[in-house]
Amino acid sequence: MSDTFKLNIDGQEIEVPKHYTLMQACEEAGAEIPRFCYHERLSVAGNCRMCLVEWQGAPKPIASCAQIVGDMRPNQDGSAPIVRTAGPYVEKARNGVMEFLLINHPLDCPICDQGGECDLQDQAVAYGRSSSRFEENKRAVEDKYMGPLVKTIMTRCIQCTRCVRFAAEVAGVEEMGMISRGENAEITTYLEKALTSELSGNVIDLCPVGALTSKPYAFNARPWELRKTSSIDVMDAMGAAIRIDAKGDAVMRILPELNEEVNEEWLSDKSRFVWDGLGRQRLDRPYIRENGKLRAATWGEAFEAVKAALAVNPDKVGVVAGDLIEVEQAKAALDLFRSLGVKNTDCRPAGAGYGTSGVREHYILNPTLMGVEEADALLLIGTNPRVEAAVWNARIRKAWLWGDLKVGVIGEAVDLTYPYEHLGTSAADLDKLASSDFYKILKDAKRPMIVVGERALCREDCLKLSQTVLKLSQDVGAVVDGWAGFGVLHTAAGRVGALDVGFVPAEGGLSTADILGGGLSTVVLLGADEVDLSKLGNAKVIYVGSHGDAGASRADIVLPSAAYTEMTATYVNTEGRVQMTTRATQPKGEAREGWAIFRALSAVCGKPLPYDTADQLRALLRGQEGEHTVFSGRGYAPGARGVSALSQPVPDVSGAFSSAPLATPVVDFYLTNPIARASKTMAECSALASRLDTPVAAE
Amino acid sequence: MLQDKDRIFTNLYGLHSPDLDAAKKRGAWHLTREMLEQGPDWICNQIKASGLRGRGGAGFPTGLKWTFMPKEVRDRPHYLVVNADESEPGTCKDREILRHDPHLLIEGCMVASRAMRAHVCYVYIRGEYINERHALEKAVKEAYEAKLIGKDNVNGWDFDLYVHHGAGAYICGEETALLESLEGKKGQPRLKPPFPANAGLYGCPTTVNNVESIAVAPTILRRGAQWFAGFGRPNNAGTKLFCISGHVNKPCNVEEEMSITFRDLIETHCGGIRGGWENLKAVIPGGSSVPMVPAEQIMDAYMDFDTLRDLKSGLGTAAVIVMDKQTDLIRAIARLAYFYKHESCGQCTPCREGTGWMWRVLERMVRGEAEHDEIDTLLDVTKQVEGHTICALGDAAAWPIQGLIRHFRHEIEDRITQYRLPRAMVQGAVVTAAE
Repeated sequence: MSDTFKLNIDGQEIEVPKHYTLMQACEEAGAEIPRFCYHERLSVAGNCRMCLVEWQGAPKPIASCAQIVGDMRPNQDGSAPIVRTAGPYVEKARNGVMEFLLINHPLDCPICDQGGECDLQDQAVAYGRSSSRFEENKRAVEDKYMGPLVKTIMTRCIQCTRCVRFAAEVAGVEEMGMISRGENAEITTYLEKALTSELSGNVIDLCPVGALTSKPYAFNARPWELRKTSSIDVMDAMGAAIRIDAKGDAVMRILPELNEEVNEEWLSDKSRFVWDGLGRQRLDRPYIRENGKLRAATWGEAFEAVKAALAVNPDKVGVVAGDLIEVEQAKAALDLFRSLGVKNTDCRPAGAGYGTSGVREHYILNPTLMGVEEADALLLIGTNPRVEAAVWNARIRKAWLWGDLKVGVIGEAVDLTYPYEHLGTSAADLDKLASSDFYKILKDAKRPMIVVGERALCREDCLKLSQTVLKLSQDVGAVVDGWAGFGVLHTAAGRVGALDVGFVPAEGGLSTADILGGGLSTVVLLGADEVDLSKLGNAKVIYVGSHGDAGASRADIVLPSAAYTEMTATYVNTEGRVQMTTRATQPKGEAREGWAIFRALSAVCGKPLPYDTADQLRALLRGQEGEHTVFSGRGYAPGARGVSALSQPVPDVSGAFSSAPLATPVVDFYLTNPIARASKTMAECSALASRLDTPVAAE
Repeated sequence: MLQDKDRIFTNLYGLHSPDLDAAKKRGAWHLTREMLEQGPDWICNQIKASGLRGRGGAGFPTGLKWTFMPKEVRDRPHYLVVNADESEPGTCKDREILRHDPHLLIEGCMVASRAMRAHVCYVYIRGEYINERHALEKAVKEAYEAKLIGKDNVNGWDFDLYVHHGAGAYICGEETALLESLEGKKGQPRLKPPFPANAGLYGCPTTVNNVESIAVAPTILRRGAQWFAGFGRPNNAGTKLFCISGHVNKPCNVEEEMSITFRDLIETHCGGIRGGWENLKAVIPGGSSVPMVPAEQIMDAYMDFDTLRDLKSGLGTAAVIVMDKQTDLIRAIARLAYFYKHESCGQCTPCREGTGWMWRVLERMVRGEAEHDEIDTLLDVTKQVEGHTICALGDAAAWPIQGLIRHFRHEIEDRITQYRLPRAMVQGAVVTAAE
């Protein structure tokens, strides 16, 4: 039996795979099928009835989204079934459905935020009547409270249930549903609470009408007056593809863009709603601390002050890079400080024990984000992907829901939205793994995947842990030809890129904990706000960053730099995928791009760096023609190319595991970086989430 | 006219006890083991040969439906689900079976389960049928205690029967909505395909049958397919429970042979039309969801699937609703439209939005408060609902209105004209209309 099926669509013979829906087949044939409820990443509901097509001989029009081609029958004479996607019969059916959708839909397009990007509006142009035959009163539906992110105007709802299916299937929280029946049917969240999901904002994109819109964006702009810039998100280490919509000098909203390999088409709430933080707490000019208070200064003054602060024994100078650092800044800063003889440079959290071996495969997510869909067993060690990489967590859930991925966790026992086997909370439980049932599952799996949280590699036992896990990966067959199943999940967007340019202590240099441990005369913080600054003593602190946060308030000299929406810069995601952001707005005030600050400073210090533009810098990173560096390829994750590096023999490390439980660094999902902490929306979400953690008395 | 010796439901009126002993005396559970031993193919062939068509409304050949189930039980068990969610306005036949002849149903469930290689059967009872549930549960208990059903029973086919009580929604009588409800979900119809015979209850092969279809099966097997096929015209075989309500002198439930004429049915069992045959206006012959037929067409029509289909109506559940000339047909249909608006599940667009629209327009038409061209609009709206929905509720909501407009358009037009006449000129008429 063949796997394909012949159809005659609009007079065109076409052969498609049998598992195709008729809608896919029609699109393959070049026909456009209108739809509301159908969404390729959700289950088929078939309830809007907009996608009706004619199948000659069928008694009724067919909902093409729900008709599997393989279920269709050829005509009696054996010829391909005839399907029409246009013509009076189909038009009549679709016009009818459109009329029904519109009779109870309010005529409030002029005040609706969906206006201009509304499926109903667009399709009404094609299929709607010019005037209404409906003489009755329109239905009104009470709005529902859905938290600080999603605004609801439920009268506009057309009950397509995309949001319900998203919540249940992708987000994994069954907290949305349709109550009542018939024309009284209403979509609501359970008890009208916000969704307890990090992905709730996606329902805004999914809603084909203006029923669910963005609350922070409400009445701010019209889509056609926004400048749209494709870029990369930096709120976590995934590097999701985003579109930054700006008006004038302000970012008005952030939307996901399609990147099958990274974020599909989803975006976490933090990445989507952090934009109001880009306008608050900004460092828009240099500052110098005088008499205990920061005063505004010129760049010239600031550079002179920095030069003075650096005029000490280079061994007394330390540089720490923060979570959001872009590759260009890391490279320029590293080049400058190395030329000044500074060895104490680090981009990793305190206590980190990885990234110095020179083996890139030891700190990136080799199996790739998309690889989890190929994997049949997944072991998560010391990581909570739900808060560390929320969109990837949805992908793990997808692999569990639609495939048969089995998940084991060593670490915190939290709700990951899919069931898993909890194999222990501390690193010592790795020793017991070999005798567990899950070990057998890993061993029997064709593509086992073992993911270590970056923070698990920042403990006193991290060497032992990384060697144990590497060895485990080899033992269970996670590192075989064509499959590099070992990986590290990062939480900081800038980390892998900074590691790739070598932003680690030079031979004999100090690492983060020691740089910040007191005893140095000058400490330079490159947007490092997530580190403990309490032990710096009277070191002179130079802070380079975009937001007034922990680092700036401790700093003696503040150099303002651009935020991720304000520069074209390189980031490397947790998979080792090199991607670039694009400038959507200008840097605030006198702020400059990070690399440019260090290029200018290098001239002041008398050690000018060998590049004058960002392109020259990037050309240097890419290396000579034919030479292979990590930066020479863009957009690709190395994936299985890491097999040879990972299959090197692993030396034994003696010593015991620490008894401290493995924990995620993300204590509060909504407040992980200075931009998020400056955002009012994120503060609201965080407050709400902490309230939700406390059970209500009635429950 | 059906003779008493040929009745299947000999205790339809509850004149005798519904208990096991009494049921056995009336013939239930007689030779059940022997029937089961004949095997699935024999049972299916017998039912096919009997010409039994589904009694739930659609009239699909029951024996054929049973053969759609997989021929072998593989990794998934087979299920029989009996649809006792009898909610079609005008229909009250299954009610009497559940109350007075439950053992025929239980035996039928067992026979049908054998035919489909199912060991488990669920009976989904309408939410409002409290006493009927008690009656059936009592009978099930008796059957278990007598080892007629259950594990290692005397009939030699392991068989469990569960009674499930619905929550009172018309849509749960739609077979896939029923399955959803049975699974504990909101009762909303599923998309077909897959059909229940492939993926039904809990994703397993399932057949959903009406109570009457199942309850007649054992008697057909006992008395022979030819006996059953001997009643009625070709393709419309058997005996059938008719539920006659409305403007007849003695409304009743009665088992009659198929293809009895309407006149015979009414004269024999219902004491004639109220006010005589001259007073008959229209009849809804098969429950609320089939279009009405005007008096002159129905009077001597055969009451069977094919005849009524040719009259652009249907036998449906054989719930005959008789309306005499005192009936305000527009109001009657408006009431049915309200019913469908109230019972629409709200899942798919045409039905959710269309039922409310049609009802509101009809309510105005009852008063005459409409434009003449709205009749065409209404007809057009019914056509936009019909055939465009996931399940048949959209069709069911549209057909009664289409029937009204097809046969009694002039009444709506008169009503509108009347309403629009200058008030001063027709003061007397306005008073009459209001009464």
